[in-house]
Amino acid sequence: MKFDTKLMKKLVSIYGPSGNESIIREYIEKEIKDYVDEIKIDNLGNLIARKKGSGKRIMIAAHMDQIGFMITDIDDNGFLRFTNIGGTSPFVTLSQQVVFENGVVGVIFSEPMEDISKLKLSNMFIDIGARNKEEAEKFVNIGDICVYKTEYQENDNVVFTKCLDDRVGCYIAIETIKQIENQKNDLYFVFTVQEEMGLRGAKTSAYGINPEIGIALDVTGSGDTPKAKTFAVGLDKGAAIKVKDNSILTHPELRQFMIDIAEENDIPYQMEVLEFGGTDSGSIHLTKEGVPSGVISIPTRYVHSTIEMASKNDIINSIRLLIKLLNRDIIL
Amino acid sequence: MLLKKLTEASGVSGNEKEVRDIILDEIKVFVDEIKVDRLGNIIAYKKGKNNSKKLMIAAHMDEVGLMVTDIDDMGLLKFTTVGGIDKRILVSKPVIIGKKKISGVIGAKPTHLQEKEEWKNALDIEQLYIDIGVNTKEEAEKLVNIGDYVAFDSQYIEFGENLVKAKALDNRVGCCLLVELIKEIKDIDFYGVFTVMEEIGLVGAGPAAYRVNPDLGIILEGTLCYDIPKLDQHLIPTTLNKGPAISLVDRTTLYNINFRKKIVQIAENNHIPYQYRKIAMGGNDSGKIHTNKEGSITATISVPCRNIHSPTSVMSKDDYKNTFKLLKAILYEYKKGEL
Repeated sequence: MKFDTKLMKKLVSIYGPSGNESIIREYIEKEIKDYVDEIKIDNLGNLIARKKGSGKRIMIAAHMDQIGFMITDIDDNGFLRFTNIGGTSPFVTLSQQVVFENGVVGVIFSEPMEDISKLKLSNMFIDIGARNKEEAEKFVNIGDICVYKTEYQENDNVVFTKCLDDRVGCYIAIETIKQIENQKNDLYFVFTVQEEMGLRGAKTSAYGINPEIGIALDVTGSGDTPKAKTFAVGLDKGAAIKVKDNSILTHPELRQFMIDIAEENDIPYQMEVLEFGGTDSGSIHLTKEGVPSGVISIPTRYVHSTIEMASKNDIINSIRLLIKLLNRDIIL
Repeated sequence: MLLKKLTEASGVSGNEKEVRDIILDEIKVFVDEIKVDRLGNIIAYKKGKNNSKKLMIAAHMDEVGLMVTDIDDMGLLKFTTVGGIDKRILVSKPVIIGKKKISGVIGAKPTHLQEKEEWKNALDIEQLYIDIGVNTKEEAEKLVNIGDYVAFDSQYIEFGENLVKAKALDNRVGCCLLVELIKEIKDIDFYGVFTVMEEIGLVGAGPAAYRVNPDLGIILEGTLCYDIPKLDQHLIPTTLNKGPAISLVDRTTLYNINFRKKIVQIAENNHIPYQYRKIAMGGNDSGKIHTNKEGSITATISVPCRNIHSPTSVMSKDDYKNTFKLLKAILYEYKKGEL
């Protein structure tokens, strides 16, 4: 399997913060529509694509939304104040460029700080180079959301870019939709909204689908950088099969099934026990009467920064694992 | 006057009956169907011209307050909080306890007897007690029970040019708006829902939304207002007298962008002043309503209230009037099928 640089680069470059996923949704819809049997968009904006089958009803979720900043105030001199959309660090954010839906670019800086450790988003601002409030309001309104603007980079081993979280999950889902053949199961690929705000899109889409099995595709952290907190997940060690995070204890039989399939097919894998964070599976597994759910995670360094890094091999192995899994009769 | 009646009624979370009875009495002849569900939410339906989208307008009936946890040998009551209360506002406040509406005051060690160190910190709830004017445990037990609800005792008063002081403006102001809408609006199809237990975690709204299953939700609130001078303007959540506050994002909802813009446009077209709720703290029933079942589109519109969650909340009657105007304008757009 070849790594599709063009697709990955496109996915991470398209604007799509939580609550405003329409552009990225349109792109994904175009990309997959010829490969699926049904496609719909629900009230919250989730993109739900079905590949029909006679087996189990399986929901595969990857979230489209990315973290960003919402404008809350424009001052007389044209400087913008903002609040976070999803989890963002003020230290990562200082001196970054951001871009709005309409293409307007701004830079983020802070008020003078005597003690930089006290840096907070509320004492930072966005400068779009406007001369005053009136001029700024021609380009940006209160309530508009911007996202980090950085360039995509890759080498033979890794990609590093903003919003791998979770466009890499979208990439894996899209590649699976394109590559999977004659699958037995009834597959609902859901590109969810508002994961970063609390797994919200997965909650409503899972309610509509009422799946028998749920699988989320999302990034996880890594413990392989200098002096990192102990965490047995690292880049290039394979697809990560989640055991737990703060939103779920994955279904033990489904987890074992994933392990067995990886073993049988010589797909490199690693086990992930995450002590924080959550994924869409946290919402899916509590739907209606409960849904056995698991997660294939992509080990990622520097999550929620502008330079998230993941291994191309891990990404490819995640796709291989997912395709093999979806092609099987799953009896739990 | 309805807002006076509503704010002076006791309705601490889980004990909304007094407020619910007032509302039921006010609206029953103006609605086509009405039901109180198992948790105590009022779900009222007003029939109108058919609309392809189902609209639910919600306001929570409950207020923050206290609950009696113990009675000591001297007949003083120990208590805990129900909902988010700043412990620093409690000392010396008059309260009303239980179904018998026993009067009490929250007491504490006099300042004269406190050590200098004690002055530096607010008294903990453990150091406070409610005095109901008895001398023994036995006397107290004839009047109150452990588990009794305690509400602030605070009269509705109008002051200044256009201001109102009352307890529980969060969210009797929302209830009042919704009651008046139900009374005034004709021929427009919508559900008016008065929820319970919002202040202890949006408890009533989920089951109520599950029953109604709306496509669109409008949540009416009294929201925080902190508009003192010398505060940077971007840190001011809302300002009194600047009109209804339209929410952008809070801890429970990232409000639908198109619906929010539509509401702003309606306000502008009708020359109704409005402001944005600028901070992301707090949350409300929308969190449960927009993620109910397959999801719905929601907006929150609030009347700014200073000193929220205290016995002396303050709001502007002009903000109330403008919020009501905006709601009516939104409903007329909805009637035209343009939401």
